[in-house]
Amino acid sequence: MMEFVAAIPPFERFYEERKHEVFGYLSRLLGREAAEDAFQETFLRALRAYGKLEHGRHLRAWAFTIATRVAVDERRRAVPVLEPREVPVDDERPAYAELEHLAGELPPTEQAAVVLRYGYDLSYDDIGSALGSSAEAARQAASSGVRRLRRRHTT
Amino acid sequence: MTAVPNHLDRHFRAAASEAGLLDVAYDLADSPVGPLLVAASARGLCRISFDPEPERELDALARSFGTRVLRSPRGVEIVRRELDEYFEGRRRDFDLEVDLSPLPAFQRDVLEELVRVPNGNVDTYGGLAGRIGRPRAARAVGGALNRNPIPIVVPCHRIVGASGNLVGYAGGLERKRALLGLEGAILPG
Repeated sequence: MMEFVAAIPPFERFYEERKHEVFGYLSRLLGREAAEDAFQETFLRALRAYGKLEHGRHLRAWAFTIATRVAVDERRRAVPVLEPREVPVDDERPAYAELEHLAGELPPTEQAAVVLRYGYDLSYDDIGSALGSSAEAARQAASSGVRRLRRRHTT
Repeated sequence: MTAVPNHLDRHFRAAASEAGLLDVAYDLADSPVGPLLVAASARGLCRISFDPEPERELDALARSFGTRVLRSPRGVEIVRRELDEYFEGRRRDFDLEVDLSPLPAFQRDVLEELVRVPNGNVDTYGGLAGRIGRPRAARAVGGALNRNPIPIVVPCHRIVGASGNLVGYAGGLERKRALLGLEGAILPG
């Protein structure tokens, strides 16, 4: 059977389709101001790699992958991560939307995992590749991130 | 969703071109013969289209030059400036590098010879065929001109029928007449 190979769109189309979502994601991770530098860096990195792509599948996840790496590098450089205090988990489980404002306090990879999962609905496979880890590690990072957020929320 | 601010979008498009990361930079420009899409590869100007709908051009550009095609005014700044000067009557000749590399050899020969027809003059299909050493190929020359990817700058509007009739133009006879009028060309016949 012939396999359909998704064509790689001209970069203009990829950029137009992804730019707002990627900027929104970076703003959530880094705050509006730092997101501007990270945005430019993300799409310049994408452009450097674009000529070497072999097919046009998973371009959305690919864009998030690059943005995640840029954001994680940026946060490791810029912001000291606060270790949350251990407190008992409440049985009331608040929805992610109520927790998101606290996500900036998570360690960078947990934050990225949580935002990609609950904010952008990416699969754990895609989140794993965005974080350079396995799907299982991505699932753990997201669930540990959410646990931390719930603890924060209840304190 | 958080929209990308315009200044950020502009910065990225300029940075992409300045970093030399584009296979093709393009932009849209107004002109007296209608809106134009102009595009440049790393080697030079590679496309001027009278069809201002980029969607139809982007795939063709990507196939010929590579997928890194981006609207980037910075990347075609010089082309736009020379076109403006030409349309304002302040420029007779273009000092632009052109990239004809994706074209078949015969068409490239025709277009490279065509560039020698000076502003204000016209030549015929047969005349051009003779000058590339293919005097019997007037019809094939017409075909090559009809698929000229860089009209205006590669001046296929300067080629007319033996009797002085304008004959044809991929961009429409109105535009051909307008360009020759702008150049003050005197038609034979």
